[in-house]
Amino acid sequence: MEMTGAKILMECLLEQGVDLVFGYPGGTILNVYDELYRYRDRITHILTAHEQGASHAADGYARSTGKVGVCLATSGPGATNLTTGIATAYMDSSPVVFITCNVNQNLIGKDAFQEVDITGITMPITKCTYLVRDAASLADIVREAFAIARSGRPGPVLVDIVKNVTAEKAEYEYLPREKHASSGRLAALIRRARTSSLKMPEPDQDDVNKLVEMIDQAKKPMLICGGGVVRSRAHQEFREFARRIDAPVAITLMGAGGIEGRDPLATGMIGMHGSKASNMACDGCDLLIAVGCRFSDRVALKPATFAKQAQIVHIDIDRAEINKNIQTDHHIIGSARQVLELLNRKVPKYDHSDWKNYVFSFPTETRYDETPGILSPKQILDTIARTCPQDTIVATDVGQHQMWAIQHFHFDYPGQLLTSGGFGAMGFGLGAAIGAKLGNPDKTVIHITGDGSFRMNCNELSTEEFYKAPVITVVMNNHRLGMVRQWQELTYDKRFYQTTTERGPDFVKLAQANGLDGATVRTVEELETAIQAALEQQEQGLGYVIDCQIQEGELVRPMVNGGTHITEFLVN
Amino acid sequence: MEEVKLRTLSVLVENESGVLSQISRLFSRKGFNVESLAVGTTDDPSISRMTIEVIANDNHTALICNQLAKMVPVHSVKLLVPSHSIRRELVLYKVRAKSSEDRNEIIQIANIFRGAIIDVSKETLTLSVIGDEKKTDAVQELLEGFGIIELVRTGMIALERGKYTIDEETKEKGEFNYGKDVL
Repeated sequence: MEMTGAKILMECLLEQGVDLVFGYPGGTILNVYDELYRYRDRITHILTAHEQGASHAADGYARSTGKVGVCLATSGPGATNLTTGIATAYMDSSPVVFITCNVNQNLIGKDAFQEVDITGITMPITKCTYLVRDAASLADIVREAFAIARSGRPGPVLVDIVKNVTAEKAEYEYLPREKHASSGRLAALIRRARTSSLKMPEPDQDDVNKLVEMIDQAKKPMLICGGGVVRSRAHQEFREFARRIDAPVAITLMGAGGIEGRDPLATGMIGMHGSKASNMACDGCDLLIAVGCRFSDRVALKPATFAKQAQIVHIDIDRAEINKNIQTDHHIIGSARQVLELLNRKVPKYDHSDWKNYVFSFPTETRYDETPGILSPKQILDTIARTCPQDTIVATDVGQHQMWAIQHFHFDYPGQLLTSGGFGAMGFGLGAAIGAKLGNPDKTVIHITGDGSFRMNCNELSTEEFYKAPVITVVMNNHRLGMVRQWQELTYDKRFYQTTTERGPDFVKLAQANGLDGATVRTVEELETAIQAALEQQEQGLGYVIDCQIQEGELVRPMVNGGTHITEFLVN
Repeated sequence: MEEVKLRTLSVLVENESGVLSQISRLFSRKGFNVESLAVGTTDDPSISRMTIEVIANDNHTALICNQLAKMVPVHSVKLLVPSHSIRRELVLYKVRAKSSEDRNEIIQIANIFRGAIIDVSKETLTLSVIGDEKKTDAVQELLEGFGIIELVRTGMIALERGKYTIDEETKEKGEFNYGKDVL
């Protein structure tokens, strides 16, 4: 059937099962929005306050549902405002398709109004970019874009469509998603990868067998649960694997939820703000099996001495991660789920009680002194965990509150924690929380933030209110840019500069200005009352902002400085 | 310490707009200097072949090969072993040659190096020479005495000797294809 490019785009979104998109309109993308108007009964569009908010919302939606997120923006500033969101999705391997429109083909390269080379700008922060100059190729490109976003190691893809293509007519035939792989560009791509089957090929058997032998030799094995376990939803397989080899399990920031936070084998996070148990285990183990992690500089702080006594085995879907950050002794390429399934079939049950006793003689969680009348970060997180449903989704921003959240809130399933791990984008949380709430309307969504991060993108409170997507925002307010201040305290001789933020807004009044309610709290009791109020508001479809006043001197503990050995704790 | 030396990479890519910039940008963002880059279509017009030369140690070379192999428009990447590959470059030299003595001497140099005189004017001669850097550098040194007005090189191109090709199936290649598989 012949139809306009804009209509083809709508049909392609429906082919992919998309019923929710985030975005912000503008001049060049108007044809698409005009078509969205006609499809409004099948595709819901969420208008955010800022394109960055839309990009994080699509990302949060993707991370929490496991589906591909979709985000639209216009050319020029609309497109560049997406870049932080695109980079965030790229670093954390989150599948999002970004669709922008550019100026008419005859204006490309003429520095036209709101023209920017967004495919060029986003090349290093996407899996792939496309500039569509021809309506006839649009459907094929959109199908490839979605497939690439969700396949292999997931990630963002950008499709830039010149405006005239959205108005031009071309032939479109409906093609169910199962058949995409056998048509057009995708078929060529698959042929090229020499994988005729539509399924993922099996991981190499010899590689798996070698690991089985290595496990048999090991006396002190250890596991790292990375983001790959979360992305492939391999938590059950991972749990069984950990049980079988009876090894302590450390998580990376992205791996939270890959194993239940209170699992008896879980040692907490590893790395810069890792628990003592995790870091000591890493230093003492003789076999380190890392599943779906990339040994970032926040984990393998000093590659030369990282797990120096151990043989390191890397299980990852991305071949380019092998030996990138640290030299490994063995690797298996494959999706975490498939590899673990294979291993579970071959690995017998082991008992490493002595080794576990050693590891668990170190704390898995930092203990804080509690002073009556003073609200500590751990108390805040404990109170949230106690009063909110167990499957509550937590979105964080970036900074001290983020580290406290992962240290003290125990995540139980993949997609429960949404956080900007690799890119560390402050302002990620609220957008992501809104996306998660819209994707999981039956779950409670908590947005844990700091006063600095919240100030960045709090404009999205209006989005939350308008769409009745209630998010409970908990601000850990120390009136400081806490994490930067912590570095100034520990490594810059306490020269606190540009990190004191004793300024507005009053976050409760800000909530009220956006049609929401909120409360300022200073004690655990007040916090409990506020969360009850927030949960009641949530039933009405309204969000809530809780401004928790905490001490400026609170540090994230323990801390190991970047580039130093993993057990050289700067603070305990 | 690992040796930092010249490495030759052969890369098959989709013949599409944007691919060249995607690949050259990969080198700059990973902090590599490209010594030479030559690109052209192959017997299949939808595929281009690039020969890229970089100066790097083993680790960095592996990293760059991995990053290249991972890109969607890249079909194959191979690091060529110097002893098992042939490398050639075409260099054009425009040389000052006013006197007949100079002309004769330059023509002799061209003959010795199996080059060719491809353009003549009253004041200049233009030579083309094909070879690796040892040969073209030697020609350059000899011509410098006459005065080189302009010089241009195509960039090194290379192929493996014997029956070996870039399309050989290796385990590593299979591993990369795994990640690119799409469903």
